[in-house]
Amino acid sequence: MADYETPKLLADVPVVVVPNIKPGAMSHSSPYVAKPDHNIPLGFPGELVENWQEAAIAKMGDILQKYRSIQVYLDSCVKCGACTDKCHYFLGTADPKNMPVARQDLLRKVYRRYYTFAGKYFPKLVGATDLTREVLDDWYSYYHQCSECRRCSVYCPYGIDTAEISMAAREILDSIGYGQKYCNEIIAKVHKIGNNLGLPGPALEATLEDLEDDIKTETGVDVKLPLDQEGADILLITPSADFFAEPHIDGLIGYAKVFHAAGLSWTLSSYASEAANFSMFIGSYDNMKRQAERIRKAALELGVKRIMVGECGHAWRAAYSFWNTLAGVGHGAAEDDKYARMLQKQLDPNYPVPQHICESTYDLIRSGAIKLDKSANDHRRVTFHDSCNVARASRMGDMPGGQFIIPREVIKAACNNFFDMAPETIHEGTFCCGGGGGLLTDDLMEVRVKGALPRMQALKYVVDEHKVDTLAAICAICKTQFAKVLPYYDFPMHMILSVHQLVGDAVILGSND
Amino acid sequence: MSFLTVTYAVLFYAATAILIGGLAYKISVYARTPAPLKIPTTPAPTTTSGVVMRMGREVIFFESLFKSSKWTWLFGWMFHISLALVLIRHLRYFTEPVWFWVSWLQPFGKYAGFFMVLGLLGLWSRRVLVDRVRYISAPSDHLILALLVGIGITGLSMKFVAHTDIVSLKAFMLGLMYFDWQPLPADFNLLLHLLLVAVLMIIFPVSKLLHAPGVFFSPTRNQVDNPRETRHLAPWAAPLDSSSAE
Repeated sequence: MADYETPKLLADVPVVVVPNIKPGAMSHSSPYVAKPDHNIPLGFPGELVENWQEAAIAKMGDILQKYRSIQVYLDSCVKCGACTDKCHYFLGTADPKNMPVARQDLLRKVYRRYYTFAGKYFPKLVGATDLTREVLDDWYSYYHQCSECRRCSVYCPYGIDTAEISMAAREILDSIGYGQKYCNEIIAKVHKIGNNLGLPGPALEATLEDLEDDIKTETGVDVKLPLDQEGADILLITPSADFFAEPHIDGLIGYAKVFHAAGLSWTLSSYASEAANFSMFIGSYDNMKRQAERIRKAALELGVKRIMVGECGHAWRAAYSFWNTLAGVGHGAAEDDKYARMLQKQLDPNYPVPQHICESTYDLIRSGAIKLDKSANDHRRVTFHDSCNVARASRMGDMPGGQFIIPREVIKAACNNFFDMAPETIHEGTFCCGGGGGLLTDDLMEVRVKGALPRMQALKYVVDEHKVDTLAAICAICKTQFAKVLPYYDFPMHMILSVHQLVGDAVILGSND
Repeated sequence: MSFLTVTYAVLFYAATAILIGGLAYKISVYARTPAPLKIPTTPAPTTTSGVVMRMGREVIFFESLFKSSKWTWLFGWMFHISLALVLIRHLRYFTEPVWFWVSWLQPFGKYAGFFMVLGLLGLWSRRVLVDRVRYISAPSDHLILALLVGIGITGLSMKFVAHTDIVSLKAFMLGLMYFDWQPLPADFNLLLHLLLVAVLMIIFPVSKLLHAPGVFFSPTRNQVDNPRETRHLAPWAAPLDSSSAE
């Protein structure tokens, strides 16, 4: 790993300057390769197969037939350059292969060579190349410098989504046994144990009991964190990070306090103890479905009426956008869709399924079912980081853009001092934390630190301008990433909090007794 | 019938066949390939009429490009709108009598050619001057611009510098359409203009010009944001349900 310096933040501006390109600046960055133990449980070859070139090209053909996005996006790019200054990894590293279009071109040039007339007969003219070992290694390196945050897709005149391309590339890499250790190891743990951390049922139970004791000590109130409780109304699926460490765990305490204050009946599941779905990051429909089906199975077994999701960005995308497709966790299945209706007939049609914890808390605040004491957070000056998958790949509430409004309304109901970051760095234009898409691993620390630059610049501006000292987020990856990279940019590590920690600190307990 | 007339007649039949056949094939591939997951870039419309509006803004005003880069938007939009006007204006060479709305747009179409070339030159200069855009440009990206500029300049020169025999040209074009071939005027500017247009038609279905049909099939732009209300399932994914249902 090469030595690197943390980029310098500028004074008095919320956005970074677009750098001149530095070819090869990040070509050394490459995560650990998955081993057979990680690959085989996911249905992938243990290690790089002998006929990898042929197999990769065939897999590309298969994906082209299954995904319209890939077929259309590989054909449609006109190289207009609109996306070239939109990726946080490009802004932070200046490596031109981190420009979305150039990242796509790594795949596109091979597509053109083997699947288009122009690339077969005039490869030089259209920039088509053979799939060589060098190209393959470039894929491995640069498709693991994309957090699949979709910022580029907002700005592309054709909506070309590099996340789709990165997922397809990773699917090809996995299909030839050249996957990434971090993601595959985690997915294998979920298949085996039920969560990313590999936390078994008894350990989870002990953790929840400890938390109940902590809350009792702190507040004197018996707030419960029920596990595997059959007949509960609500099944809460939350990222397993919430069971594990600061600042996540304070968010979990926040959810529990809200449920308690509102008098709702809820439970966690030891079988479906993970909201995250890293199979999305590697573009594997099969594995994504296997993960999602754990939620379906737990919901059926526990007989719940509602399914709620805790604070996690990509998990909310998987839940909101994909669970209904993958496992029938939603509403509106066709009459003859026995598979989906089995669960759907059990669910309460008066609530969206799945429902985000912020949607629920927002409704409870508005209906007066819970009361918050804003002054409990008067020692904090808060800003909010829109997590990319929530912002650009999902929704909250019943109107487009609700995913921006609802978390902010919840925060504003819980504290008096709220300051948004600059408009071009929030909402649909939000900058990734730098650790999404399966990059949240120590072997990618350089790209994580540099990729955080645009967000850190926007943060510095509100810190200087408004004395902001708290960065609230609703994503486990964002929280972990910020806790790690904030100190690189001379911010205190503990300024990152869960939105539901703010809520938990402000909610008035016992109002429902 | 002169050799020249026959050559151009055959060329245009071939180019038209390749353009229409190639596009029809590509469009059928796009239409046949399923989008297995809901992936609209959000915030996205929650109704079909909302999606039609979003696509309309995208195709007519280049909404996303406007958010993205004002210069690229300005040059790109100028080029495309001018091209549309120029193409409409050219309908007068293929219709008899000329449709009233084509005549009505004629004065705009006449000058749009200048803006078309200006827009193209703007786009080309970005491709050369901005290091990021230079990096992503393949030879074909420059050649397509050269082709379009060539078409624009030869066209403008016939309108504003040296007029061609437009009456005979129209007879030639109508002759092609009704399979009653008429002689093509042997004017260098015209022959070059027509040749470049034929080349453009031929490369259309095998080049990045596929962005024209492609945008309509882009799942991030054409999907309704309603995954919680309706179960969306691709034909290839449906059998996976039964195999894993308990």
